[in-house]
Amino acid sequence: MAAQRAARTKDEVDHPSSPVLRFGPDKPLKLDAGTVLSPFQIAYQTYGTLNDARSNAILVCHALTGDQHVANTNPVTGKPGWWEVLIGPGKIIDTNRFFVICSNVVGGCLGSTGPASTNPATGKPYGLDLPIITIRDMVRAQAMLIDHFGIEKLFCVLGGSMGGMQVLEWAASYPERVFCALPIATGARHSSQNIAFHEVGRQAVMADPDWHGGKYLDFGKRPEKGLAVARMAAHITYLSEAALHRKFGRNLQDREALTFGFDADFQIESYLRHQGMTFVDRFDANSYLYLTRAMDYFDLAADHGGRLADAFAGTKTRFCLVSFTSDWLFPTEESRSIVHALNAAGASVSFVEIETDRGHDAFLLDEPELFAAINGFIASAARARGLSL
Amino acid sequence: MSVNRAQRVDLEVVTDLIPANSRVLDVGSGDGLLLELLQETKQVDGRGLELSQRGVNECVARGLSVIQGDADTDLKFYADKGFDFVVLSQTLQATRNPKVVLDELLRIGNRAIVSFPNFGHWRVRFSLLIKGRMPVTKDLPYSWYDTPNIHFCTIRDFVNLCEELGATVEKATALDANGQKIGLSMPWWFWNFFGQQAVFLLRR
Repeated sequence: MAAQRAARTKDEVDHPSSPVLRFGPDKPLKLDAGTVLSPFQIAYQTYGTLNDARSNAILVCHALTGDQHVANTNPVTGKPGWWEVLIGPGKIIDTNRFFVICSNVVGGCLGSTGPASTNPATGKPYGLDLPIITIRDMVRAQAMLIDHFGIEKLFCVLGGSMGGMQVLEWAASYPERVFCALPIATGARHSSQNIAFHEVGRQAVMADPDWHGGKYLDFGKRPEKGLAVARMAAHITYLSEAALHRKFGRNLQDREALTFGFDADFQIESYLRHQGMTFVDRFDANSYLYLTRAMDYFDLAADHGGRLADAFAGTKTRFCLVSFTSDWLFPTEESRSIVHALNAAGASVSFVEIETDRGHDAFLLDEPELFAAINGFIASAARARGLSL
Repeated sequence: MSVNRAQRVDLEVVTDLIPANSRVLDVGSGDGLLLELLQETKQVDGRGLELSQRGVNECVARGLSVIQGDADTDLKFYADKGFDFVVLSQTLQATRNPKVVLDELLRIGNRAIVSFPNFGHWRVRFSLLIKGRMPVTKDLPYSWYDTPNIHFCTIRDFVNLCEELGATVEKATALDANGQKIGLSMPWWFWNFFGQQAVFLLRR
């Protein structure tokens, strides 16, 4: 089962089941690292129909370990799309009405060019030979995909966490191409604490002997243990102390008493081990290094002379930010500082903080207040955009 | 939040002061009643700032552009003259520093519109003078110990503050207990005595 999933993940890298857009040497991707990625490819999914005016397109940006399968059964895990609670026919983001696009980020491992992809120069996986990818690089690639669809202006760009960073980057880099933006549970920069958590994860991967200096695929290996530990540590940051305690407390796992050993006595240990194990089957370890690095490097204010408001100067885009009270990865203050910058830039902005104990991951869950905010914001923006019901 | 008839009249007075298609910031936007009224009747580009998160979430769910924030601390984040009108409706008396807030309103908006309950109204005076009690009325229903209204003023007091801040009163309206406008020809003392609430249009 696990081996099957791992094999499917491997198949998805160069020849994904999603549609793929390939950019030849004539269309290189300019990278912030000062080099170019060429050739490269983007794997994507679309839902619904683009209208004649090409004005009903919504771009969904996925988070660190997400993928393009936002509203369809995931080909690797067989699970529902990661935001199917929100997106689909008759859902809040109604695919009968909107044309929804979601692409795998560059640097990812489910069909867009990333470290596991075959380097055409060597015929082997890129590994660490892939240049460092930034959030802005991901967005630049997405803009090339949007060009391909002949869409001049997206009706909406939305996403949570790393997806929210891409939303902010879209609004800053292409203000005239974004009618409304919905960054959720995110920040305009990665905090020191967040970089610290990511570094723990990366070091866990690199400490695994099976990592082989990043060339594990050449050896037919994968640093499963290291990546699992990275995922376990990260997973804690996606939840909250209150939610963990509510869910697991100090409950024991399939036993009546402590075993006085290092087996998973507690349910929380067993849960985390399971999270780690299932993750390694569906995700490439080097991709995890690249994408965490992209988040660490993100600092939108720094890209605009140190003043965040300047990133949004003169913007006509309508914004709605959402944060969650128990999110300690991107606490409300991170969203609030973006709101203040948008105020200073005179932008149209709404900001909702949602009370929940479900932590950072709340954005992926069935949160009625989140849905009410998204619904109200999208509906009023659609009216302003002249999109009929 | 229930809104009584006289308060609705004050919103109507505010709405009448704002030309169509203006950019409006409503400070203390509550449940979004005024913003909705302005969007429907004047097609304004409206934004709100509201202290209560619940009020904000309800506004956003109804498609209004509102953020959570505190008039006392968060107005500094807005750009100079970023709006045609900044409205502070029935909120001035609940701010910690009304003078600073009013100063900020005049900085952010080309015009500021302020409405507030008049503590010089005869019922208030009557309550203090005859009963010796802090007034509790239909429009000011709180007891002294649980009221959010910590900085009451009279119409005269407010006019003085405007002078101190160098603000010009372009227009003023007083509403009596029935929500009726008090005649323009009446002197200030009459307004201050019979006006239950007042609406001021200011610029600087």
